Amino acid sequence: MRRYLIPFGIFLMLLIFLGVGLQLKPREVPSPFIGKPAPAFNLPVLGKETNSFSPEQMKGQVWMLNVWASWCVACREEHPLLVEFAKTQNTALIGLDYKDKPDAAMAWLKQFGDPYKLSISDIKGQVGIDYGVYGVPETFVIDRAGIIRYKHIGPLTKEALEKKIIPLIASLSS
Amino acid sequence: MIQRYTILFGMVLALFYSGLMVSQSTSAREISPAPPVADNPALEKKVLEVSNELRCLVCQNQTIADSNADLAVDLKNQVRKQLSEGRSKDEILKYMTERYGDFVLYKPPFNAATLMLWVGPFFLMFLGLVLLVRQIKQRKRDLQQETFSAQELERARQLLDRKIGS
Repeated sequence: MRRYLIPFGIFLMLLIFLGVGLQLKPREVPSPFIGKPAPAFNLPVLGKETNSFSPEQMKGQVWMLNVWASWCVACREEHPLLVEFAKTQNTALIGLDYKDKPDAAMAWLKQFGDPYKLSISDIKGQVGIDYGVYGVPETFVIDRAGIIRYKHIGPLTKEALEKKIIPLIASLSS
Repeated sequence: MIQRYTILFGMVLALFYSGLMVSQSTSAREISPAPPVADNPALEKKVLEVSNELRCLVCQNQTIADSNADLAVDLKNQVRKQLSEGRSKDEILKYMTERYGDFVLYKPPFNAATLMLWVGPFFLMFLGLVLLVRQIKQRKRDLQQETFSAQELERARQLLDRKIGS
Protein backbone atom coordinates (compact mmCIF):
# COMPACT_ATOMS: atom_id res chain seq x y z
CA MET A 1 0.00 0.00 0.00
CA ARG A 2 2.73 2.38 1.02
CA ARG A 3 4.45 1.64 -2.25
CA TYR A 4 1.62 3.29 -4.13
CA LEU A 5 0.96 6.03 -1.63
CA ILE A 6 4.32 7.74 -2.05
CA PRO A 7 4.25 8.11 -5.86
CA PHE A 8 0.63 9.17 -5.60
CA GLY A 9 1.59 11.82 -3.04
CA ILE A 10 4.35 13.10 -5.31
CA PHE A 11 1.91 13.17 -8.22
CA LEU A 12 -0.58 15.17 -6.17
CA MET A 13 2.13 17.63 -5.19
CA LEU A 14 3.13 18.10 -8.82
CA LEU A 15 -0.50 18.62 -9.70
CA ILE A 16 -0.83 21.32 -7.07
CA PHE A 17 2.34 23.06 -8.26
CA LEU A 18 1.18 22.97 -11.86
CA GLY A 19 -2.26 24.23 -10.85
CA VAL A 20 -0.78 27.16 -8.93
CA GLY A 21 1.61 27.84 -11.83
CA LEU A 22 -1.30 28.15 -14.21
CA GLN A 23 -2.96 30.74 -12.00
CA LEU A 24 0.08 33.01 -11.97
CA LYS A 25 0.27 35.87 -14.41
CA PRO A 26 3.87 36.17 -15.56
CA ARG A 27 3.08 39.34 -17.49
CA GLU A 28 2.28 41.17 -14.30
CA VAL A 29 5.70 41.83 -12.91
CA PRO A 30 5.61 43.25 -9.39
CA SER A 31 6.47 46.90 -9.63
CA PRO A 32 9.34 48.17 -7.51
CA PHE A 33 7.54 51.51 -7.27
CA ILE A 34 4.75 50.54 -4.87
CA GLY A 35 5.31 52.56 -1.71
CA LYS A 36 7.92 54.77 -3.35
CA PRO A 37 7.61 58.39 -4.43
CA ALA A 38 6.42 58.94 -7.97
CA PRO A 39 9.47 59.89 -10.07
CA ALA A 40 9.67 63.59 -10.85
CA PHE A 41 9.44 64.90 -14.38
CA ASN A 42 8.44 68.00 -16.24
CA LEU A 43 6.75 67.57 -19.59
CA PRO A 44 4.62 69.68 -21.92
CA VAL A 45 0.86 69.31 -21.74
CA LEU A 46 -0.71 67.70 -24.79
CA GLY A 47 -2.52 70.31 -26.87
CA LYS A 48 -1.14 73.19 -24.75
CA GLU A 49 2.53 72.68 -25.32
CA THR A 50 3.48 75.97 -23.68
CA ASN A 51 2.21 74.63 -20.36
CA SER A 52 4.08 71.98 -18.52
CA PHE A 53 3.12 69.47 -15.89
CA SER A 54 5.04 67.86 -13.08
CA PRO A 55 3.76 65.47 -10.39
CA GLU A 56 4.66 68.12 -7.78
CA GLN A 57 1.54 70.01 -8.82
CA MET A 58 -0.65 67.16 -7.59
CA LYS A 59 0.71 67.18 -4.04
CA GLY A 60 -2.10 67.14 -1.53
CA GLN A 61 -4.55 65.13 -3.60
CA VAL A 62 -5.00 61.54 -4.61
CA TRP A 63 -4.68 61.13 -8.37
CA MET A 64 -4.43 58.57 -11.07
CA LEU A 65 -1.87 58.45 -13.84
CA ASN A 66 -2.95 56.51 -16.89
CA VAL A 67 -0.39 55.67 -19.56
CA TRP A 68 -1.95 55.58 -23.00
CA ALA A 69 -1.17 56.12 -26.67
CA SER A 70 -3.12 56.47 -29.87
CA TRP A 71 -1.25 53.50 -31.33
CA CYS A 72 -2.18 51.29 -28.41
CA VAL A 73 -5.00 48.91 -29.25
CA ALA A 74 -5.66 47.75 -25.70
CA CYS A 75 -6.15 51.41 -24.68
CA ARG A 76 -9.34 51.50 -26.75
CA GLU A 77 -10.59 48.59 -24.72
CA GLU A 78 -10.24 50.39 -21.39
CA HIS A 79 -11.09 53.87 -22.62
CA PRO A 80 -14.88 53.71 -22.08
CA LEU A 81 -14.18 52.74 -18.45
CA LEU A 82 -11.99 55.80 -18.01
CA VAL A 83 -14.61 58.07 -19.58
CA GLU A 84 -17.14 56.60 -17.17
CA PHE A 85 -14.68 57.00 -14.28
CA ALA A 86 -14.15 60.68 -15.09
CA LYS A 87 -17.91 61.26 -15.10
CA THR A 88 -18.68 59.51 -11.83
CA GLN A 89 -15.55 60.05 -9.71
CA ASN A 90 -13.87 63.12 -8.37
CA THR A 91 -10.37 61.81 -8.64
CA ALA A 92 -8.07 63.71 -10.97
CA LEU A 93 -7.12 61.56 -13.92
CA ILE A 94 -3.91 62.52 -15.68
CA GLY A 95 -2.95 60.89 -18.96
CA LEU A 96 0.59 60.13 -20.01
CA ASP A 97 0.65 60.00 -23.78
CA TYR A 98 3.49 57.56 -24.29
CA LYS A 99 5.69 57.65 -27.40
CA ASP A 100 3.00 59.20 -29.52
CA LYS A 101 2.57 61.90 -32.13
CA PRO A 102 0.68 64.82 -30.54
CA ASP A 103 -1.54 65.23 -33.63
CA ALA A 104 -2.56 61.59 -33.64
CA ALA A 105 -3.12 61.71 -29.89
CA MET A 106 -5.39 64.76 -30.13
CA ALA A 107 -7.40 63.14 -32.92
CA TRP A 108 -7.71 59.99 -30.85
CA LEU A 109 -9.05 61.89 -27.85
CA LYS A 110 -11.53 63.68 -30.09
CA GLN A 111 -12.76 60.40 -31.47
CA PHE A 112 -13.04 58.41 -28.25
CA GLY A 113 -13.61 61.15 -25.69
CA ASP A 114 -11.18 62.82 -23.31
CA PRO A 115 -11.52 61.66 -19.70
CA TYR A 116 -8.28 63.31 -18.64
CA LYS A 117 -7.89 66.49 -16.66
CA LEU A 118 -4.86 66.86 -18.88
CA SER A 119 -2.48 64.63 -20.76
CA ILE A 120 1.25 64.97 -20.95
CA SER A 121 3.32 64.25 -24.01
CA ASP A 122 6.12 61.80 -23.43
CA ILE A 123 7.28 61.71 -27.02
CA LYS A 124 10.63 60.07 -26.35
CA GLY A 125 9.31 57.64 -23.76
CA GLN A 126 11.80 58.72 -21.09
CA VAL A 127 9.14 59.20 -18.41
CA GLY A 128 7.74 55.83 -19.41
CA ILE A 129 11.12 54.28 -18.63
CA ASP A 130 11.34 56.21 -15.35
CA TYR A 131 7.97 54.78 -14.34
CA GLY A 132 8.94 51.27 -15.43
CA VAL A 133 6.25 51.17 -18.09
CA TYR A 134 6.53 48.12 -20.31
CA GLY A 135 3.03 47.42 -21.50
CA VAL A 136 0.73 50.28 -22.35
CA PRO A 137 -1.85 50.84 -20.92
CA GLU A 138 -0.74 51.07 -17.32
CA THR A 139 -2.39 52.89 -14.47
CA PHE A 140 -0.86 54.26 -11.28
CA VAL A 141 -2.66 55.42 -8.15
CA ILE A 142 -0.68 58.12 -6.35
CA ASP A 143 -1.52 59.38 -2.89
CA ARG A 144 -1.50 62.86 -1.36
CA ALA A 145 2.16 62.68 -0.45
CA GLY A 146 3.12 61.67 -3.99
CA ILE A 147 3.69 58.01 -3.14
CA ILE A 148 2.69 55.38 -5.70
CA ARG A 149 0.19 53.08 -4.03
CA TYR A 150 -0.99 50.84 -6.82
CA LYS A 151 -0.12 49.91 -10.35
CA HIS A 152 -2.37 48.19 -12.81
CA ILE A 153 -0.72 46.64 -15.85
CA GLY A 154 -2.71 46.23 -19.04
CA PRO A 155 -6.21 47.47 -19.79
CA LEU A 156 -8.31 48.34 -16.75
CA THR A 157 -11.29 46.15 -16.10
CA LYS A 158 -14.57 47.03 -14.46
CA GLU A 159 -13.70 44.55 -11.75
CA ALA A 160 -10.26 46.05 -11.05
CA LEU A 161 -11.74 49.55 -10.92
CA GLU A 162 -14.64 48.70 -8.64
CA LYS A 163 -12.95 46.20 -6.36
CA LYS A 164 -9.47 47.66 -6.04
CA ILE A 165 -8.90 51.12 -7.39
CA ILE A 166 -12.02 53.00 -6.29
CA PRO A 167 -11.94 51.57 -2.72
CA LEU A 168 -8.22 52.31 -2.53
CA ILE A 169 -8.75 55.91 -3.63
CA ALA A 170 -11.57 56.24 -1.09
CA SER A 171 -9.37 54.99 1.74
CA LEU A 172 -6.47 57.23 0.67
CA SER A 173 -8.72 60.27 0.47
CA SER A 174 -10.35 59.81 3.86
CA MET B 1 12.35 3.75 -70.69
CA ILE B 2 15.28 5.77 -71.96
CA GLN B 3 13.02 8.75 -72.46
CA ARG B 4 11.91 8.60 -68.85
CA TYR B 5 15.50 8.64 -67.64
CA THR B 6 16.29 11.58 -69.85
CA ILE B 7 13.41 13.56 -68.39
CA LEU B 8 14.44 12.63 -64.86
CA PHE B 9 18.03 13.59 -65.57
CA GLY B 10 16.86 16.88 -67.00
CA MET B 11 14.79 17.58 -63.92
CA VAL B 12 17.66 16.83 -61.59
CA LEU B 13 19.91 19.08 -63.62
CA ALA B 14 17.36 21.89 -63.55
CA LEU B 15 16.98 21.52 -59.78
CA PHE B 16 20.71 21.55 -59.25
CA TYR B 17 21.12 24.60 -61.45
CA SER B 18 18.35 26.54 -59.72
CA GLY B 19 19.90 25.60 -56.38
CA LEU B 20 23.18 26.96 -57.60
CA MET B 21 21.51 30.19 -58.64
CA VAL B 22 19.92 30.59 -55.23
CA SER B 23 23.15 29.93 -53.39
CA GLN B 24 24.95 32.34 -55.66
CA SER B 25 22.41 35.06 -55.07
CA THR B 26 22.59 34.59 -51.29
CA SER B 27 26.35 34.62 -51.28
CA ALA B 28 26.22 37.79 -53.33
CA ARG B 29 24.00 39.27 -50.66
CA GLU B 30 26.44 38.24 -47.96
CA ILE B 31 29.32 39.83 -49.76
CA SER B 32 27.69 43.26 -49.99
CA PRO B 33 28.87 45.20 -46.96
CA ALA B 34 26.49 45.41 -43.99
CA PRO B 35 25.65 48.91 -42.84
CA PRO B 36 27.93 50.02 -40.01
CA VAL B 37 26.40 49.26 -36.61
CA ALA B 38 28.05 52.09 -34.78
CA ASP B 39 30.94 54.47 -34.98
CA ASN B 40 32.46 52.94 -31.91
CA PRO B 41 32.80 49.13 -31.95
CA ALA B 42 34.22 48.98 -28.44
CA LEU B 43 31.22 50.83 -27.03
CA GLU B 44 28.89 48.64 -29.06
CA LYS B 45 30.50 45.52 -27.63
CA LYS B 46 29.94 46.83 -24.13
CA VAL B 47 26.32 47.74 -24.99
CA LEU B 48 25.78 44.17 -26.14
CA GLU B 49 27.36 42.82 -22.98
CA VAL B 50 25.09 44.87 -20.70
CA SER B 51 21.95 44.35 -22.75
CA ASN B 52 22.53 40.61 -22.70
CA GLU B 53 21.93 40.73 -18.96
CA LEU B 54 18.63 42.58 -19.18
CA ARG B 55 15.31 40.95 -19.79
CA CYS B 56 12.90 42.37 -22.29
CA LEU B 57 9.67 42.81 -20.34
CA VAL B 58 7.49 42.76 -23.41
CA CYS B 59 8.80 39.43 -24.68
CA GLN B 60 9.85 37.92 -21.42
CA ASN B 61 12.07 35.10 -22.55
CA GLN B 62 14.41 37.28 -24.54
CA THR B 63 17.14 39.63 -23.50
CA ILE B 64 16.90 43.18 -24.74
CA ALA B 65 19.90 42.40 -26.91
CA ASP B 66 17.89 39.73 -28.73
CA SER B 67 14.64 41.58 -28.93
CA ASN B 68 13.46 44.09 -31.47
CA ALA B 69 10.45 45.16 -29.42
CA ASP B 70 10.01 48.90 -29.16
CA LEU B 71 10.82 49.03 -25.47
CA ALA B 72 13.89 46.81 -25.92
CA VAL B 73 15.23 49.19 -28.56
CA ASP B 74 14.62 52.15 -26.23
CA LEU B 75 16.35 50.40 -23.36
CA LYS B 76 19.29 49.49 -25.55
CA ASN B 77 19.58 53.14 -26.52
CA GLN B 78 19.40 54.02 -22.85
CA VAL B 79 22.24 51.58 -22.13
CA ARG B 80 24.28 53.03 -25.00
CA LYS B 81 23.69 56.58 -23.82
CA GLN B 82 24.63 55.83 -20.23
CA LEU B 83 27.73 53.87 -21.22
CA SER B 84 28.91 56.68 -23.42
CA GLU B 85 28.41 59.02 -20.47
CA GLY B 86 30.86 56.83 -18.59
CA ARG B 87 28.51 54.98 -16.30
CA SER B 88 29.52 51.50 -15.21
CA LYS B 89 27.65 48.29 -15.89
CA ASP B 90 26.57 47.99 -12.25
CA GLU B 91 25.20 51.51 -12.27
CA ILE B 92 23.14 50.74 -15.36
CA LEU B 93 21.83 47.46 -13.95
CA LYS B 94 20.86 49.37 -10.81
CA TYR B 95 19.11 52.01 -12.92
CA MET B 96 17.08 49.27 -14.61
CA THR B 97 16.16 47.37 -11.43
CA GLU B 98 15.01 50.59 -9.77
CA ARG B 99 12.50 50.91 -12.59
CA TYR B 100 11.58 47.39 -13.58
CA GLY B 101 12.44 45.34 -10.49
CA ASP B 102 14.72 42.33 -10.12
CA PHE B 103 12.78 40.64 -12.88
CA VAL B 104 14.62 42.73 -15.44
CA LEU B 105 17.88 40.96 -14.58
CA TYR B 106 18.44 37.84 -16.62
CA LYS B 107 20.55 36.48 -13.79
CA PRO B 108 18.39 36.85 -10.68
CA PRO B 109 20.12 38.16 -7.53
CA PHE B 110 20.51 35.91 -4.53
CA ASN B 111 18.00 36.98 -1.88
CA ALA B 112 15.17 35.60 0.25
CA ALA B 113 12.72 35.50 -2.64
CA THR B 114 15.11 33.66 -4.94
CA LEU B 115 16.55 31.32 -2.30
CA MET B 116 14.58 28.33 -3.58
CA LEU B 117 15.62 29.11 -7.11
CA TRP B 118 19.32 29.09 -6.33
CA VAL B 119 19.47 26.45 -3.61
CA GLY B 120 16.57 24.22 -4.70
CA PRO B 121 18.37 22.21 -7.40
CA PHE B 122 21.35 21.49 -5.14
CA PHE B 123 19.04 20.54 -2.31
CA LEU B 124 17.12 18.15 -4.56
CA MET B 125 20.34 16.65 -5.86
CA PHE B 126 21.59 16.11 -2.32
CA LEU B 127 18.28 14.57 -1.32
CA GLY B 128 18.42 12.27 -4.33
CA LEU B 129 21.97 11.18 -3.48
CA VAL B 130 21.06 10.43 0.14
CA LEU B 131 18.06 8.37 -0.94
CA LEU B 132 20.14 6.54 -3.53
CA VAL B 133 22.88 5.63 -1.05
CA ARG B 134 20.30 4.46 1.46
CA GLN B 135 18.60 2.33 -1.15
CA ILE B 136 21.86 0.72 -2.23
CA LYS B 137 22.83 -0.07 1.36
CA GLN B 138 19.42 -1.50 2.10
CA ARG B 139 19.63 -3.71 -0.99
CA LYS B 140 23.01 -5.00 0.03
CA ARG B 141 21.72 -5.88 3.48
CA ASP B 142 18.67 -7.59 2.00
CA LEU B 143 20.87 -9.67 -0.29
CA GLN B 144 23.13 -10.75 2.55
CA GLN B 145 20.20 -11.83 4.62
CA GLU B 146 18.55 -13.69 1.79
CA THR B 147 18.31 -17.46 2.30
CA PHE B 148 17.47 -19.98 -0.36
CA SER B 149 15.76 -23.30 -0.08
CA ALA B 150 17.43 -26.47 -1.39
CA GLN B 151 14.92 -26.53 -4.21
CA GLU B 152 15.82 -23.00 -5.34
CA LEU B 153 19.53 -23.77 -5.20
CA GLU B 154 19.04 -26.86 -7.32
CA ARG B 155 17.10 -24.91 -9.91
CA ALA B 156 19.77 -22.23 -10.01
CA ARG B 157 22.46 -24.85 -10.55
CA GLN B 158 20.50 -26.36 -13.39
CA LEU B 159 20.11 -23.00 -15.07
CA LEU B 160 23.79 -22.21 -14.72
CA ASP B 161 24.90 -25.61 -16.01
CA ARG B 162 22.73 -25.53 -19.05
CA LYS B 163 24.87 -25.16 -22.15
CA ILE B 164 24.05 -22.44 -24.57
CA GLY B 165 22.15 -23.71 -27.56
CA SER B 166 21.26 -27.09 -26.04
